[in-house]
Amino acid sequence: MKKVNRVLSMLLVMSLVFIAACSNNAGTNDPATTDNNKGAEGAKSNETIYYLNFKPEIAEVYEKIAKDYEAETGVKVKVVTAAAGTYETTLKSEIAKSEAPTIFQINGPVGYEAWKDYTLDLKDTKLYSYLSDQSLAVTEGEGVYGIPYVVEGYGIIYNNAIMEKYFALGTKSTAISSMEEVNNFDTLKSVVEDMQANAEALGIKGVFSSTSLGAGEQWRWQTHLANIPLFYEFNDIQGFDNATSAGLAANEIKFSYGNNFKNIFDLYINNSTVKPTLLGSKTVADSMAEFALGQSAMVQNGNWAWNQINEVSGNTVKAEDIKFLPIYSGVTGEEKQGLAVGTENYFAINSKVSEAKQQASIAFLEWLFTSDTGKAYVTNDLGFIAPFNTFNDDEKPADPLAKEILAWMEKDTTSVAWTFAAFPSEDFKNSFGDALLQYAQGNEAWDKVSSVVVDSWKSERAK
Amino acid sequence: MQKMIQKYFALFALPTLIAFTLAFVVPFIMGIYLSFTQFTTVNDATWVGLDNYIKAFSDKDFLNALWFTARFTIVSVVLINVFAFLIALLLTKKVLGTNVFRTIFFMPNLIGGIVLGYIWQLIFNGILYKFDVTLTNDPAYGFWGLVILMNWQLIGYMMIIYIAGIQNVPKEQLEAAKIDGATNWVILRKIILPLVMPSITICLFLSISNSFKLFDQNLALTAGAPSKQTAMLALDIFNTFYGKTGFEGVGQAKAVMFFLMVGIIVIVQLAITRRKEIEN
Repeated sequence: MKKVNRVLSMLLVMSLVFIAACSNNAGTNDPATTDNNKGAEGAKSNETIYYLNFKPEIAEVYEKIAKDYEAETGVKVKVVTAAAGTYETTLKSEIAKSEAPTIFQINGPVGYEAWKDYTLDLKDTKLYSYLSDQSLAVTEGEGVYGIPYVVEGYGIIYNNAIMEKYFALGTKSTAISSMEEVNNFDTLKSVVEDMQANAEALGIKGVFSSTSLGAGEQWRWQTHLANIPLFYEFNDIQGFDNATSAGLAANEIKFSYGNNFKNIFDLYINNSTVKPTLLGSKTVADSMAEFALGQSAMVQNGNWAWNQINEVSGNTVKAEDIKFLPIYSGVTGEEKQGLAVGTENYFAINSKVSEAKQQASIAFLEWLFTSDTGKAYVTNDLGFIAPFNTFNDDEKPADPLAKEILAWMEKDTTSVAWTFAAFPSEDFKNSFGDALLQYAQGNEAWDKVSSVVVDSWKSERAK
Repeated sequence: MQKMIQKYFALFALPTLIAFTLAFVVPFIMGIYLSFTQFTTVNDATWVGLDNYIKAFSDKDFLNALWFTARFTIVSVVLINVFAFLIALLLTKKVLGTNVFRTIFFMPNLIGGIVLGYIWQLIFNGILYKFDVTLTNDPAYGFWGLVILMNWQLIGYMMIIYIAGIQNVPKEQLEAAKIDGATNWVILRKIILPLVMPSITICLFLSISNSFKLFDQNLALTAGAPSKQTAMLALDIFNTFYGKTGFEGVGQAKAVMFFLMVGIIVIVQLAITRRKEIEN
């Protein structure tokens, strides 16, 4: 018996030593020492690509693409999707792992600042040469570190069926009879307020979907809506090529168009499906569902929201009734204002993974945007308006919102650039959002919101 | 036998020691080191000295979170222990269905914090909707929401510990006291309380450290809304680490201070309550 015990314990000790030795090996295999293993890794042709996806709404499509790509080329693509609002968090912990993401995305110049130690120079890639407008890329000096892969637009999405119903309504008190006439804030306001008064006759709960101000659900206001007044403010600054570079150079802002923000924000929260005091519990999904179910006539969002509208069960909105309206806020000359068009999605390749992985990742992206299979996915399933010249005119997404954006870009209007790429930090946006929630709930006056915006810009830029 | 244990000490202790070193000691030392550095990911860091600590203390969100956490801990520790003890007293009496009640009271403890947070958020908002407000309207709602949630979750667990303590009180002493004519109050004060002191030590330790370190419930219930006014320390550390670029080191510095605070508080508490324990 004793002998058996001894043998057993010897075995255990040996297995422990073995485990310890193995884990030790794995421990030293961090990115700093992978150079030594490069030869060995290069010999393997099948490098696994790890793509950390930013857009949860199209996560399933990426899974399909990964499967197809593997079937076609034998290269395995691992797609991980960060939950809404947690991309930076996820990226930070994923990139420290030994199996780090090989493809990730940055949100523009500010995001590049945070990740510049990890972004590979993509100047010599074919992907960069395919860009139809190379000035869109994130660059520093000679290097190209972020390549935009989608052009998006946002504005006020409206349900034309409800609008037609309103224009035909006997009890309406405005003289406006078609959406063509709504081309500034005053007409929008009169229509919206009259619609709200007639909400019951129109069969809606409120004109606007709820203004989601729950934690992590505020980006439509503290980023997208905030872009409108700040775009005008930066445009007023002389001596810059465009509003975004003016914004990047601004150490302080005045929030001089703050009242315009208040105009439209008040309109949103006071003519909505719920009372302003209840907004702290609302999510973006809630608002999109309200719109899809026909409980509201308008909602501020971008073309990426098409899936969310389309996939709500019990959806009553017809594709041909979905239209875009620019976000009017009472700025002089806004009759010529178009939708807000731009991008905050830039591909970056991890510079700290092995060369073979980097090349495999670039090859995957090039496949996605040049091969017929890849392009079909991009236009039909991902619904991207891709900014690459490999796409022909007939290879544009067919969903109603993307078509609307292309139509608006053709019109005689000026698109609002996405200047929020110049916002100093996530913290700035979140302080802005928090202040908006306090304002909506009636706990704080508008002056407080303005001062939070101005102060927080200054302190965050100084960091 | 003694010899046998000595001989195989390494064999029996090693697995635990290795696990403890890998999962605790190494990250802990790394964490302390990182609190003196500026870093984006944990593998590359540059030394900045005490800079992070200075930044942490000049951060008013951190001080605000500290104050909120302190208030929360005091209120919830008192309430949890009072209720848990009362329920334990009740359920050690010969009442019909004590076992069923014990099980039911214990069950909330088996549900994860995030899930609990969202469930209670629905409940609270459901009630508050009737008054046209939500949890985010006033930090006080969030505060009491967290207190209620924490009570609901921890009372059952503490109750079990108290029940074990109360059941250990010798029947002879209780009987003798009754024969001497002691009232129920006197029996509770002079016999039961001193004898369950070990349970009180454990329960206070668990409820203080759990309340101080609360994270999941906080994140799910309010996420700090409105304006970070209901963010507790752990959530503030998380937000600093992940929410602000270039502030990872500051978050780490906050975490080290957080560890020291929790450590000091519970050691003081253990010393005080230990002294009151008497040999049974």
